[in-house]
Amino acid sequence: MTATLEPAASTAVGEVPTFQVTLKIARYIPSDAPAPAYGEPVPAGTARWDEFQLTVHGTDRVLDALHQVKWDLDGTLTFRRSCAHGVCGSDAMRINGRNRLACKTLLKDLDPSKPITIEPIKGLPVIKDLVVDMEPFFASYREIMPFLITGANEPTKERLQSQTQRDRFDDTTKCILCAACTTSCPVFWTDGQYFGPAAIVNAHRFIFDSRDEGGAQRLEILNDKEGAWRCRTTFNCTDACPRGIQVTKAIQEVKRAVITRTF
Amino acid sequence: MTTIADPKAPRAPRPGPGRRVTRGNVEMASWLFMRISGVVLVVLIFGHLFVNLVAGGGVKAIDFAFVAGKWASLGWQVWDLLMLWLAMIHGANGLRTIINDYAEKNATRLWLKVLLAASFVAVVVLGTLVIFTFDPCPAGAAAGTLPSFCPAP
Repeated sequence: MTATLEPAASTAVGEVPTFQVTLKIARYIPSDAPAPAYGEPVPAGTARWDEFQLTVHGTDRVLDALHQVKWDLDGTLTFRRSCAHGVCGSDAMRINGRNRLACKTLLKDLDPSKPITIEPIKGLPVIKDLVVDMEPFFASYREIMPFLITGANEPTKERLQSQTQRDRFDDTTKCILCAACTTSCPVFWTDGQYFGPAAIVNAHRFIFDSRDEGGAQRLEILNDKEGAWRCRTTFNCTDACPRGIQVTKAIQEVKRAVITRTF
Repeated sequence: MTTIADPKAPRAPRPGPGRRVTRGNVEMASWLFMRISGVVLVVLIFGHLFVNLVAGGGVKAIDFAFVAGKWASLGWQVWDLLMLWLAMIHGANGLRTIINDYAEKNATRLWLKVLLAASFVAVVVLGTLVIFTFDPCPAGAAAGTLPSFCPAP
């Protein structure tokens, strides 16, 4: 008997169900006026909510819905995305009031019976639609010196580390700098000067790395009025982290390290 | 021949005033104080509540004589003084943090803190004065309302 395709069985199996969703997207269109000199007020753009009705599949993520809007309905919708698989950290946004990655959030998990609200992450200046100015966020990141600092001569081989030593900071190596944690922090919303969870997490990654020798410097930087002490342990950052990093715990460990260093 | 002063590539200055560096152990001390004073206050306040409301005659026994009797002993003076100072510093420091978190304008922040400092000083000074200058046997009071150790008028 020869193997043949059986066309009757192939259609029904594996078909993904479709359903209707409404996206409610916060739009911000910047003014066309030329950019003013630094320090002058930026001319206000127009802000509004746009709603889009879509037919989506059960396997679609919020990012797929945004693509559908941008590619088929309204090409002026602006948002960031790069890898679309939860690694680059470009598409953090406020979806139904929570900071998440659009590429890791399935529409079917969001109660499609109600409109799904999508806003830019809070606390950073909006440039257009869902795109915010990430510069204040990265300025804090640069300030904690997110690179290996060593004093002695370079070894001829790799810098060795035991599994236990690695486990000490393993959680905070997962950060993808999406800013979901920092822009979910109420202290950061009202005072943009606060270093923010992401900077402290990335400092933690080096402070507790046995190969790094810049820990004291980083603790000194974070022992600032705007540093680790501004954390109010509201756990918004831990809830927001799309990588599941225990952000608040890392901040507490940095606080403890500052205290034990002093006494 | 002219020398090139700065051969580095031109770079636009960072926009904005940037973060002011405010390092030091003040915020750490304040953070630690809140934890330590919190634990001490739990003991002080529940001890206070138990002695005043439960032990002995209970809440009905509180009168001038009861308070005067307590404040005549050094132990209760120290207890109440500690409670007053720790609670006031703890509370004022907490309010200071809230003002820092929520005041958006520098002027608002400054004035709220001035108000806070003024009320803090007023309460602490008045409370301390009361504890130390309290007279358990005021002249001319009816004998029945005074603590038992007062000399008979």
